[in-house]
Amino acid sequence: MDHILSIVLFTPLVGLLVLLFIPSSNARAVKLWANIASFAGFLVCLPLIFRFDRTKDFQFVEKADWIPSLGASYHLGIDGFSLLLVVLTALLGFLAILSSWNAIQIRLKEYYAYFLLLQVGMLGVFMALDFLLFFVFWELVLVPMYFIIGIWGGPRRVYAAIKFIIYTLIGSVLMLLGILMLYFEHYSQFQVLTFNIADLLQTDLSGTVQWWVFWAFFLGFAVKVPMWPFHTWLPDAHVEAPTAGSVILASVLLKMGTYGFLRFSLPLLPDAAKNPTIVNIMAVLSIIAIVYGALVSLMQKDWKKLVAYSSVSHLGFCTLGIFALNPAGIAGSILQQINHGISTGMLFLIVGVVYERRHTREISEYGGLLRIMPVFAIVFLITALSSMGMPPLNGFIGEITILQGVFQMSFNWAFWCVVGILLGAAYLIWLYQRTMLGEVPEKNTGLKDLSPREIAVFAPLLVWAFWIGLYPRPFFEVLERPVAQIVERVRPGYYAERNLRNPLASPSPAARISAPVPAGD
Amino acid sequence: MPVNFVPSGAEMLRILPEIILVLAGTLIMIMEPLTRPANKHFLGKFALASLFAALWGSVVAHANPGPAFQNMLIVDGFDTFFRILVIVVGILTVLASFQYLKREQSDSGEYYALILFSLVGQCVMAGANELIMVFIGLEISSIATYVLTGYLRDDKRANEAAIKYFLLGSFATAFLLYGIAWIYGLTGSTNLTEIRSALMDLQTSPSVMLVGTAAALMLVGFAFKVSAAPFQVWTPDVYQGAPAPVAAFLSTGPKAAAFAIFVRVYATAFDSISARWEPLIWISALLTMVIGNFAALVQNNIKRLLAYSSIAHAGYLLVAMTAHSEIGIAAIMFYLAAYALMNVGAFAIVAHFSRRRERYLQVEDLAGLGWKQPVTAGLFAIFLLSLIGVPLTAGFFGKFYIFKAALEADLLWLTILGLLTSAVAAYYYLRILVVMYMHEAGEPASTLPPPGAGLKTALWASAVGTLILGIFPSLVLDFAGRSATLLK
Repeated sequence: MDHILSIVLFTPLVGLLVLLFIPSSNARAVKLWANIASFAGFLVCLPLIFRFDRTKDFQFVEKADWIPSLGASYHLGIDGFSLLLVVLTALLGFLAILSSWNAIQIRLKEYYAYFLLLQVGMLGVFMALDFLLFFVFWELVLVPMYFIIGIWGGPRRVYAAIKFIIYTLIGSVLMLLGILMLYFEHYSQFQVLTFNIADLLQTDLSGTVQWWVFWAFFLGFAVKVPMWPFHTWLPDAHVEAPTAGSVILASVLLKMGTYGFLRFSLPLLPDAAKNPTIVNIMAVLSIIAIVYGALVSLMQKDWKKLVAYSSVSHLGFCTLGIFALNPAGIAGSILQQINHGISTGMLFLIVGVVYERRHTREISEYGGLLRIMPVFAIVFLITALSSMGMPPLNGFIGEITILQGVFQMSFNWAFWCVVGILLGAAYLIWLYQRTMLGEVPEKNTGLKDLSPREIAVFAPLLVWAFWIGLYPRPFFEVLERPVAQIVERVRPGYYAERNLRNPLASPSPAARISAPVPAGD
Repeated sequence: MPVNFVPSGAEMLRILPEIILVLAGTLIMIMEPLTRPANKHFLGKFALASLFAALWGSVVAHANPGPAFQNMLIVDGFDTFFRILVIVVGILTVLASFQYLKREQSDSGEYYALILFSLVGQCVMAGANELIMVFIGLEISSIATYVLTGYLRDDKRANEAAIKYFLLGSFATAFLLYGIAWIYGLTGSTNLTEIRSALMDLQTSPSVMLVGTAAALMLVGFAFKVSAAPFQVWTPDVYQGAPAPVAAFLSTGPKAAAFAIFVRVYATAFDSISARWEPLIWISALLTMVIGNFAALVQNNIKRLLAYSSIAHAGYLLVAMTAHSEIGIAAIMFYLAAYALMNVGAFAIVAHFSRRRERYLQVEDLAGLGWKQPVTAGLFAIFLLSLIGVPLTAGFFGKFYIFKAALEADLLWLTILGLLTSAVAAYYYLRILVVMYMHEAGEPASTLPPPGAGLKTALWASAVGTLILGIFPSLVLDFAGRSATLLK
């Protein structure tokens, strides 16, 4: 058994422990070390990409006893879906820390310590194959994020931080209830106490149990995504959080919710997930989020708030894709989650760049930046195009795949998707026009263009955006198996009925962990 | 039954911790007038040493399990668990008291002697297998704590608190005693094992109605001691008035011992009439959680806030009690251990921060502590996060086991409501964190002297314990689980 996942998981923690021993008076050393540690965190996850075998399900699996009396273990492993999110987390964690170099001036040591701790929590969420371990990491993420918003945030930071943590806590205690219900149901059928997800998948759950557990999970995940009407913490948290906090929040933290739906709600509760009532409710909530998020974005005067609401809209696409319950919808949704991580992360970084220079986020304060900051304007243009789903950028591939999946499910849903895409283009183009084009206000004439460090922050994300846009095949290949697992679980025989090639049938049937099993005893 | 009034050697070994504590307490009382004021701190060190000896004594006693003194006491895993727990609470309290007493210029042997005597009572409660012993243990423990509450003689609030605690406490104990009398009348015995068999035997079993009344009377006494609603009213006043280290002690030691005996009486003796008392405790659990958590939301005084929080935590424990299962008992044991560490830690910080005459007790006074004394504030943050129940701290697994036990006993609604109130609770603990880390430093935080060696040890020990229980809960849980299985 190799320990590469543990190494990836604990590199930030080691960085954190060393950081605690650096005197806080030496600001340069603190910054430098935090950057080194997070960069190391990114480097150690690279072998995952090269050694990943897309013909297998969970890989790099590690398992050790943790609380034997409960059947909880330290159990890590990743499939294609987790792989993408782990790499996204490692990359954005590093970029967020790099982007803070000048933005954060006070209490540096604590700031970087919280970021590194956050990194551990997020990586753990995407790696855990034990439900209790997952929950522990899930909750662990809250604490550093709470402090990051509450200490380094804007004027209403305390309100935003408390709202963020109370919303998510209430959601997650109910999720814990769902986990326990599942756990006991499994125990009553098999007389074995275990939180191992692969074992829990064997449980034969009745419709009612699935129904209630689904809603319990839903509350936990929907608050995190956030789905309408649980989204109200998000604009507050985003607007008040420091730039790097917003970046991580949008790019990674929100994905924990969609990850939860795909990893737990769908495979564990297939009957509830395909129950027409639930599917319709989820679709309606997603569509409301798409349209409402876009309309509210259109109305914003605050640059950052606009980006925050655009997240609500984009995540609506992701949840809608999930509940299309077909390979295109789910694969599109996963890809769009990555895309959203890249493009919205960049949008927040862009707001951060101008905020650092002007200390205002009012859109009306800006204008004509294209002439003063040409490089910045080009980066913003590419980001905006990526976010609104223009070819040849990443957003296009994600949205078109979701649309394809959604269309197979319902024409109406697809119609609203298109409306959402159009509105998305509208608010982004309008934003671009108001800030980058037109006359240059006096106050903006002295602004400096991007520094090499800032370019270094954007460059990897831009490359990634073009990569997905121009050559998405490797991503779809990596996602093929995880998506097929979910689809086969929710709608057994999906591929066979439609004469599609079932990715699970190809070479190695040995690795099928979550394949459908005959009903329990 | 042949009565042998000379205890055997094994029996003496079984009460070794009590013997050590009584001897040490008495010695301190004798040495007190013989010690010059400058040397009083030596008595504290002596008390500390004797507590470690008692800890060793509990381990020795555990190696010789069995009943003692005609079944009056019983040494089993359950007893050992609680003995060790209350003695550890005693050690932490004594460590946290050195600096406090010196600051208040009230360093004297009485204080330590009273703590030792109170611990004797609690150890007796943990091992009592006889209602008379329950009563004696409870009284030994309580009388010492009444005095400790009013230890700062010149402080009006402390006096008020002591009187209030004493009057209400005696009243509640009277209920308990009355209940014991009823039980004796109904079953002809005060021995828990005999009561159990008398109630189990359908032929000779007395009317369920009467036994139920007796159990309800005793419930009043126990509910008072664990500060469960509707008998919780004294808690905020007493904790607020008592010196902060004493409040730390009160909220953990006597509470743990009271829960120990509560569990032993209801889960063994009254096992067969559980259908009668479970609904009562169900209601009390819900009320306690709701009152504790919602009242804490509006408190500005940290001691009152922690008092209401301690009421709320009693509510969670009652949820596990309602579950009435071995898993529930193990959950109670684990939770009390976790709770003892985090709550003693939190109160110890308050004791240190409040300064002379406990001037700084408002939540706002903590403003900026996070930047003035990052280590102290960081430790406080660990205790508060654990009280919230954030993973990787003991509080998380405490709550997790409790609600897991409740769910296993099909207490779905109690679980849901409990979980929701515990999410509400996050708000008031977070408020302290907000003030510590997100407000500009004020005068109280800027002038805080660094903690002394004793306090530092207590804080670090509690914090490390909190984290260890949060990461490797099996260490304690497995022992608790084994002891709970053997209880019946």
